[in-house]
Amino acid sequence: MKSFVYEKATSPQDAVRFVGNGAKFIAGGTNLLDLMKLQIETPETLVDISRLNLDRIEDTDAGGLLIGALVPNSDLAADARVRERYEVLSRALLAGASGQLRNKATTGGNLLQRTRCYYFYDTAMACNKRVPGSGCSAIGGYTRILAVLGTSAACIATHPGDMPVAMRALDATIVTLKADGDRRRISIHDFYRLPGDTPHIETGLEPGELITHVELPPPPPGRQLYRKVRDRASYAFALVSVAGVVSVENGIIASACLAFGGLGPMPWRDTSVEALLLGHAPSDALFAQAADALLASAKGQGANDFKIPLTKRTLIASLRELTA
Amino acid sequence: MSDTNNLVMDLPVPSSLLDIGAQGLIGKPLSRSEGPLKVTGRATYSAEYAIPDLAYGYLVGAKFGRGKITRVDADAVRGLPGVIDVITDFATFIRNPQQGGESKAPAQGVKDVQYFGEIVAIVLAESYEAARDAGERLVVEYEEAEGRFDFEALKADSEKGTFNNIPGYFHQGDLDRAVADAHASVDVVYTTPSQNSAAMEPHASIAVWEEGTLTLYGSYQMPSSDKLQLAKALGVSAKKVRIIAVYIGGGFGSKLGVAPESVAAAVAAKQLGRPIKAVMTRPQVFETTVRRASTEQRVRFSVDAEARLTGVGHETKTSNLPGESFFEPAGVGTHFAYPGDNRVINHDIVRLNLLLAGSMRAPGEASGMMATEAALDELCHKIGLDPIEFWRRNEPKEAPEEKVPWSTRQLLRCMEEGAERFGWDVRNPEPAQVRDGEWLVGMGMAAAVRSNMLMKSAATVSIDPDGRATIATDMTDIGTGTYTILGQIAGELLGLPLDRISVNLGDTNSPPGAGSGGSWGAGSSGSSVYLACERLRERLAAAMGCVPDELTLKDGIATARNRQIALAELVGEGLEATGQIAPGDMETQRKQASYGAHFAEVGVNATTGEVRVRRMLGVFSAGRILNAKTARSQCLGGMTFGIGAALTEDLVHDPRNGKVVNHDLGEYHVPVNADVPQLEVHFLTERDQFANPLQAKGIGELGISGAGAAIGNAVFNATGIRVRDYPITLDKLLDQLPPI
Repeated sequence: MKSFVYEKATSPQDAVRFVGNGAKFIAGGTNLLDLMKLQIETPETLVDISRLNLDRIEDTDAGGLLIGALVPNSDLAADARVRERYEVLSRALLAGASGQLRNKATTGGNLLQRTRCYYFYDTAMACNKRVPGSGCSAIGGYTRILAVLGTSAACIATHPGDMPVAMRALDATIVTLKADGDRRRISIHDFYRLPGDTPHIETGLEPGELITHVELPPPPPGRQLYRKVRDRASYAFALVSVAGVVSVENGIIASACLAFGGLGPMPWRDTSVEALLLGHAPSDALFAQAADALLASAKGQGANDFKIPLTKRTLIASLRELTA
Repeated sequence: MSDTNNLVMDLPVPSSLLDIGAQGLIGKPLSRSEGPLKVTGRATYSAEYAIPDLAYGYLVGAKFGRGKITRVDADAVRGLPGVIDVITDFATFIRNPQQGGESKAPAQGVKDVQYFGEIVAIVLAESYEAARDAGERLVVEYEEAEGRFDFEALKADSEKGTFNNIPGYFHQGDLDRAVADAHASVDVVYTTPSQNSAAMEPHASIAVWEEGTLTLYGSYQMPSSDKLQLAKALGVSAKKVRIIAVYIGGGFGSKLGVAPESVAAAVAAKQLGRPIKAVMTRPQVFETTVRRASTEQRVRFSVDAEARLTGVGHETKTSNLPGESFFEPAGVGTHFAYPGDNRVINHDIVRLNLLLAGSMRAPGEASGMMATEAALDELCHKIGLDPIEFWRRNEPKEAPEEKVPWSTRQLLRCMEEGAERFGWDVRNPEPAQVRDGEWLVGMGMAAAVRSNMLMKSAATVSIDPDGRATIATDMTDIGTGTYTILGQIAGELLGLPLDRISVNLGDTNSPPGAGSGGSWGAGSSGSSVYLACERLRERLAAAMGCVPDELTLKDGIATARNRQIALAELVGEGLEATGQIAPGDMETQRKQASYGAHFAEVGVNATTGEVRVRRMLGVFSAGRILNAKTARSQCLGGMTFGIGAALTEDLVHDPRNGKVVNHDLGEYHVPVNADVPQLEVHFLTERDQFANPLQAKGIGELGISGAGAAIGNAVFNATGIRVRDYPITLDKLLDQLPPI
């Protein structure tokens, strides 16, 4: 591990002033510490934000929730309001990691969890995300857990999260404090970046910008579901996951919000798939059509080819459950 | 004043002193005596000794798959804060670990790199973090050479396997003819992947030189032979090497022989003149210790019209590094598990530049029975016969090849009792018939066999003037319960409660024990303790003025001929005896093995193909059970390994450079708690007088043998899909699942 300077922030305003020193914020550290030990992340300065007063979940006037960035995953999953009204989020959180990790991992940090691509995690191998311009050894390598949507010639890494997938289905907004003291609200749909030829840039956050909250609008109507398909029953990243909220009125699909994990470099949402469902009666044929639309541009890399038929089957079964 | 009680197992031991002991400890489900130390952090593992003036070593692995090192730019990192030195002793460093029990040095010389990750240097620093940072920055220049990385592409280029006394090739009769003439037959190819033991404690050594003598605190399973390997590698006399391995956080074969960190730490400590600690990172454990080699196994069974086996073929292709004779002996259990006059059991090795292939829990049977017991299930399905009925018709009366009697063989009883306890009779032999919501449900079973071994082993037992006993041997406890069962044996024979017995293990200054491996630990080291105690009982009887048969020892009191004398009084200034067991004619005059039967119920998700084990049950016969709790735990652990082998564990090598791709516990998937359902373990009552004076046999590897096949067979019963390429991951089922 490379030596670093440790700073303890006393307020969000205090935290963001460390900008430009190769500083990184640390809260739960469940991902960052691992990456630092492996020297994948080598910050000059760690700014400890874990004592900031950002660990509450509050009701908003609009009828949603304002979640402090430091709310642990376990607490968020267990919150009665989340369990009652945002079941998809609670289930996604509980599908992730392990009990110990969820106790430490925070809401803000989890949005920034980095890929589990085998080659990103291995400093002996080339990776454009880790060392821009060094090449992608995943392409032509072993790709079981890697992406089939949104990839580029520079990177085929997958976003590993569960919580952010549910948040994409729920149209969350990420609230930040910038280094210059301005606050910013970023729709989760604009938060993540596709790899293109700059896979090391994963979000639209500016240097030193601190996530302070995640705001959820009132839940969309209808049934909620989070289904995660994985290689073992717990403590494994999604091969594919589906976060869905769908309502049926008078036998017709009235609204649908669908997001996917394990498929792309970011929690994936494709509103054209949802549009295809709206106004139709639920049927397997319709669901298959939706799955085909979702996967129209999907590209396997050999060992992850199976994700395409797996996603289709999983989506169809999920839509059946959501519309039953 | 010690004397030695030697026993070579040339004759059976029909009556064991364990049956006349009065203390009542044998067989009891006692918790591990060192357990509280472990769960409170007070058990000192190899990396945890507080040695004054210790410096930290970080091992640096080659970042290429095959080639020659041209330069190590040590100067570039020597100046970093806290960095002491970089040591690159290309000639002495070992290329890979040694196999278990060898007295020779492991392959030495690391300039000509043979596999990705091979340890080529050690960076020394005042802190681990500084050493690691410098190690990450160290530039090792090399000329790349063409390597052999891809088993599939190179498998045609193989050589015959020969390793120690394991027969690589065996032929009897005419198998091709038997298959051609058979009423029914199967001829199928199964593959198993590379695996890693993934022991919780990584490989770790602290090397301390004092006046030309090396003390190595090392996490090693077999200290007495590890000491010889280390001495040879360092070019010093074995008398100048001491290994201390008091607690070991799991081994499963990966710590049988010395590994690269031990030699690197010893070389560096000598050069620097300071103690050095070297602990492997988790990725290094995956990349530079030992793998269970992948196999490709062609299995043939042929039967006559009564479903009696006429032919058995088991031909395995596996791999190892150039110059390494070990091969994964997948057919080792086939020799005696299955009858049939016409037999071919072969092993071929493909030379690959991948990390060392060596022993992992039940080398041979573990991967071999994944193939044979699944192929047998295929045959039974084909001829419409229940597998247990198949075994009823085929249980051999004697060892099929050696034609010698069994010591004991209760395989069929294990199956019958297991079937009853599991509810096997409700299984629908027609596959894909049972559904529970979205889940396809099926049941499978498989036999378990594992050869029993006895190894030369010695232990000293002393009774102090205060009436306390002390056991000393360099035998190890790798989490298996050695501390506890050796105490139970001595306590039973000397009439002492466990709190009056100290068990000192894992120090090569003590008599050489068998070490932990091959499931021989309890039988071998336990027998040495038994023999030492037998001699002490003779001495105590003499002191009581009686013959040993008249002596009753209980709770520290000796009773004979209406006299009672406290042991403390009886031993005067103390008594000591050494026991030593060695294998003898019983090894060849009787075929010795332990047996079992696995039953599994699985659910296969009809949408996704995810396989989850719903319940598992095993019935085992392994001679006398010394401790019902630690024995059960061994079987639970073995069955859990079976779940991993069947469903998730797959050590992936990148075919471009041989590198282990999934080199951490996040992506090398051992079963987690949620993957392990209710497991049931039962033991048959058994004594094996041909095995050793304890009449006990090996358990540690029995539970894994066949376990994966039972799960695979259950997947077939659930779905009708036969996956012959382990692990059975969902992608291999997906295209044959029912349409969505």
